[in-house]
Amino acid sequence: MGMHAKKRLTFICYHVFVGGLGLLMIYPVVWMILGAFKDNNQILNNAAQLLPAEWHFENWKNGWNGFMSYTFGTFFKNSLFVAISSTLATMLTSAMVAYALARIKFKGRKLWFTCMIGTMMLPGQVIMIPQYMIYNKLGVVGTYVPLILPHVFGQAFFIYQMMQFISGVPKELDEAAYIDGCSKYGIFARIILPLIKPALITTLIIQFYWKWDDFMGPLIYVSRPEKWTVSFALKNFADTSGVSDYGAMFAMSTVSLIPVFLIFLFFNRYLVDGMSQTGLKG
Amino acid sequence: MEKQVGAYEKLKSIIHKNDFVGYVFAAPFIVGFLGFTVVPMLMSLYYSMTEYDLTSAPIWIGFRNYIQMFTGDVRFWNSIAVTFKYVLFAVPLKLVFALLVAFLLTRNNRIVSIYRAVYYLPSLVGGSVAVSLVWKQLFSRKGLINSVLLGIGLERINWLGSEVWSIVPLILITVWQFGSSMIIFAAGLKEIPGSYYEAAKIDGATTVKSFIYITLPCLSPIILFNLVMQTISGFMVFTQSFVITQGGPNDATNFIALYIYNQGFRYKNMGYASAMSWVLLMMIALVTLIIFKVSDHFVFYEASDN
Repeated sequence: MGMHAKKRLTFICYHVFVGGLGLLMIYPVVWMILGAFKDNNQILNNAAQLLPAEWHFENWKNGWNGFMSYTFGTFFKNSLFVAISSTLATMLTSAMVAYALARIKFKGRKLWFTCMIGTMMLPGQVIMIPQYMIYNKLGVVGTYVPLILPHVFGQAFFIYQMMQFISGVPKELDEAAYIDGCSKYGIFARIILPLIKPALITTLIIQFYWKWDDFMGPLIYVSRPEKWTVSFALKNFADTSGVSDYGAMFAMSTVSLIPVFLIFLFFNRYLVDGMSQTGLKG
Repeated sequence: MEKQVGAYEKLKSIIHKNDFVGYVFAAPFIVGFLGFTVVPMLMSLYYSMTEYDLTSAPIWIGFRNYIQMFTGDVRFWNSIAVTFKYVLFAVPLKLVFALLVAFLLTRNNRIVSIYRAVYYLPSLVGGSVAVSLVWKQLFSRKGLINSVLLGIGLERINWLGSEVWSIVPLILITVWQFGSSMIIFAAGLKEIPGSYYEAAKIDGATTVKSFIYITLPCLSPIILFNLVMQTISGFMVFTQSFVITQGGPNDATNFIALYIYNQGFRYKNMGYASAMSWVLLMMIALVTLIIFKVSDHFVFYEASDN
């Protein structure tokens, strides 16, 4: 009985500790969401109160109206366009490059593989300045070209992940198809692509989410309000009207995270798989 | 007619050659690598030796940017110092936290997987502008953190207005996002054979002891991987300091990436910003190298011949 009680106490302590810490971890997020219903006074002077004293649903409408005659609807559409087109480009080109590096024995394969691994370690900010100069010379600063173009070249992080996946596909499948008269191009389209679907979905989720969150890109390249993405608009919104309307700011902060929340709820598994695979084999 | 067929056959045999197919599929990466990585890097090496404001032609000034940076720019040295300070606190704290929580959550049942999801959420939202705005509010003078401090009988801290304290919210927002490292550790923990722990238990080892003598050595390659990746991204921290502290007060959180951004895009000193980018790259390479060198002494790789 004593043994049993001790075990139970350990069990309770464990859950109180782990659960309590978990609550602490998501507290800022919950505070933000509930803040979207509060008035300024409560947000500024009674930060410790979690629940709204009165529920101000109008914050959402005020926030959504945006500013300078552009609503958050516009910014949402912009973000979706940039994120979706970059993501689709990354998926296709990363799969192509992964196929070449993992399956085709061509001259220079080792060299390009090394370069690919190298770019994974290369911090993006190092080439931010010269990249800007290139886009500036091309006359595309202010358009979405600098935000999307880098993704049509495949991305090392995903190429590497897909290579791991492709090496798990039995070579016999390729060989059998080859004997049946399928070309190397056909093998990619009919065998490799369908079989690496989980890796493609992981890429879809992670890349979409990275691109949705991206702040530095729009900050550098986008200036006109009708082109602003959600993250960039939110920062400007906070700078101009946040001072007077914190509730609306938190409402739009929450709105800006909706896609991320949806991914978290429905595709969590792919995120986790993606993260843990690269970590283990890296 | 015959000649045409021959040419067609020849073309067909070429496009199915491995060398050709390989380059067709690898082409996106090769074009991007050369055009948007190698060329920009060489360009920035050139521009780092010029004075360039984007509008007028660059003026060649040799190593003057580098000399200015190392001998005449107090703000540069300060930005290096605060970046190191940030990395030295944020990265180890984040990894220790990630490892401990991963260790706590090794059991496999429904409730533990819910916990894991909850702990993972911050690293999913933490890089966003939205959370940075929340953070700014949490650490404001009358914000939640100060309310808690007052509640437990301590004094308010002027987090965002003080040169001493302003780095703390930025370190905390990074540590808070320990979830992705935790996921990687959790995957690594699963790979450790349960028999190791059972054997240790029979020998009378406590949980703490088996953590130190089994878990840590078995995980050391993954710890190294996380350490390198987190250190590199630590040196690049931008959005949070841009939104929460704007590098202030008095440059106390003027991290190097933020300083490069400001030199390049605000003051239009593209040459100087290029030079700083190169110094940053060298610095990161050096730090990574040191980590790898030091790791030889503590990273444990399972012998492959057994």
